[in-house]
Amino acid sequence: MGRVTAPPRVARPCPACGDCHGDQAILDLDGVCPGCGHHYRIGWRHRIDLLLDADSFEEWDRELRPRDPLGFVDLVPYSDRLAQAHTATGLHDAIVSGSGRIEGMAIGIAVMEFGFVGGSMGEVVGERIARAMERSAARGTPFIAITASGGARMQEGLLSLMQMAKTSIARSRLAEAPVPYITILTDPTMGGVMASFAASADAILAEPGATVGFAGARVISQATHEEIPDGFQTSEFMLHHGFVDRVVPRRDLRVTLSRLLRLYPTVSTEAVRRQA
Amino acid sequence: MRAWDTVQLARHEDRPYALDYVDRIFDDFVELHGDRAGADDRAVIGGPARLMGRPVMLLAHQKGRSVEDRLHRNYGMAGPAGYRKALRLMRQAERFDMPVLALIDTPGAYPGVDAEKFGQAWVISECLTLMSELRVPIVSAVIGEGGSGGALALALADRLLMLENAIYTVASPEACAAITWRDPGARETAAAELRLTSRDALDLGVCDEVIAEHRPAHDDAGSAAIALGEALGRHLDELSAYGVDRLLGARYWRFRRQNASADLPA
Repeated sequence: MGRVTAPPRVARPCPACGDCHGDQAILDLDGVCPGCGHHYRIGWRHRIDLLLDADSFEEWDRELRPRDPLGFVDLVPYSDRLAQAHTATGLHDAIVSGSGRIEGMAIGIAVMEFGFVGGSMGEVVGERIARAMERSAARGTPFIAITASGGARMQEGLLSLMQMAKTSIARSRLAEAPVPYITILTDPTMGGVMASFAASADAILAEPGATVGFAGARVISQATHEEIPDGFQTSEFMLHHGFVDRVVPRRDLRVTLSRLLRLYPTVSTEAVRRQA
Repeated sequence: MRAWDTVQLARHEDRPYALDYVDRIFDDFVELHGDRAGADDRAVIGGPARLMGRPVMLLAHQKGRSVEDRLHRNYGMAGPAGYRKALRLMRQAERFDMPVLALIDTPGAYPGVDAEKFGQAWVISECLTLMSELRVPIVSAVIGEGGSGGALALALADRLLMLENAIYTVASPEACAAITWRDPGARETAAAELRLTSRDALDLGVCDEVIAEHRPAHDDAGSAAIALGEALGRHLDELSAYGVDRLLGARYWRFRRQNASADLPA
């Protein structure tokens, strides 16, 4: 029998309630603090496992790779930044997309990974969202996007900005089909991602306590010297102001999605004939 | 010329702003106010206009020149009410089959507590969604600063023109320097790395035509206005020959093809 290696038992205080729990204990609870319910950020694979039927995920477009269209160099060359992010996450960009099932229902899905250059949107994120939308529309399946992003990918300049246009125009394919489009805003969803495809869904769900909005609180206080109110730009704040449909705890997301999707009219086979 | 010099020209305090061009280019323009939801944002202007005899719907970011006027125009930084006004006027343009002309000149969408409370990101997204499907031609021209999502919200267009000394960028050089260099002092380097000049935008395939400024527009507003008016009219003529299906199909692929490297078939 091989030696059983104990999981790392690093304990650290919860940023919300200060209670200490081991990293592994938190992960076993799907990244939710047992004391106060604070939602930690979790990785894309964990999200797929939480939402989709077991073994139903099939990845799309994994061959797409970021390039360095501007030859951008800040503190380090962009190409080095990409290589570091790849090493840290195992991904080639800040997104994974594909098909899967939720309680048997076929869906298209995209999950953003904040751990890859802050979940920023460059060409690959925009392209994979657009292709996933087109494919979902052609197959007549609902499309779900789980967002986590600081905004635009600075190092891709204007081409990054253009991904806001690309994902917005591809969204029109979902509307034409029509197939339901649902976004799940997770911490954080800001800037160019929030101001494009994240906000244009038929239903916008958000995890508790996620920071969602356009400009960050620090930028706002520097630019305007305004006082930032308590709870500013949280999911609950945006629910209160009418920009989020429901705040849903992580462990209720799967059942909420399933119930919601079943209430939209069944998609006709007509939509399946059209090709992306 | 260094990128930073272009940034300074694009922001020059004597550079013509939208209304300076409107007076010179359009036969007539009647400004319509308000978002019909409780506010009028003076950083965005709009209304029906006539360009060389053609009815069009004009939209523009508007900056102010005097200290008082700058505040009145909020430095050309629109909030949700400004973009909601634009949404209303674009829907109206579609109803009357009037092409939309947009003059872009903004440091960016306004970063403020109220702007967030009233859904800045959501209303920009709605502009992009509406423009994706708008059944009339859209021509946008960057006349000064094309700053980030706040500029793009009026620039998901069939043609994107830029005056030679205008800039178009994902973030201001200052913001980019703060984010990626963690040093606002790196703004000149950031300006160069961002590739934000009209020539860069042309090379990147984002801009369709650069309108020459033989002398910078702040020295010769008349010539810049003539060249801008001529280019707007010419692109509108070309687009008017398209049927709606061709127009929307071309617009779809124009933005859709902004492609990832691999260029693989879908």
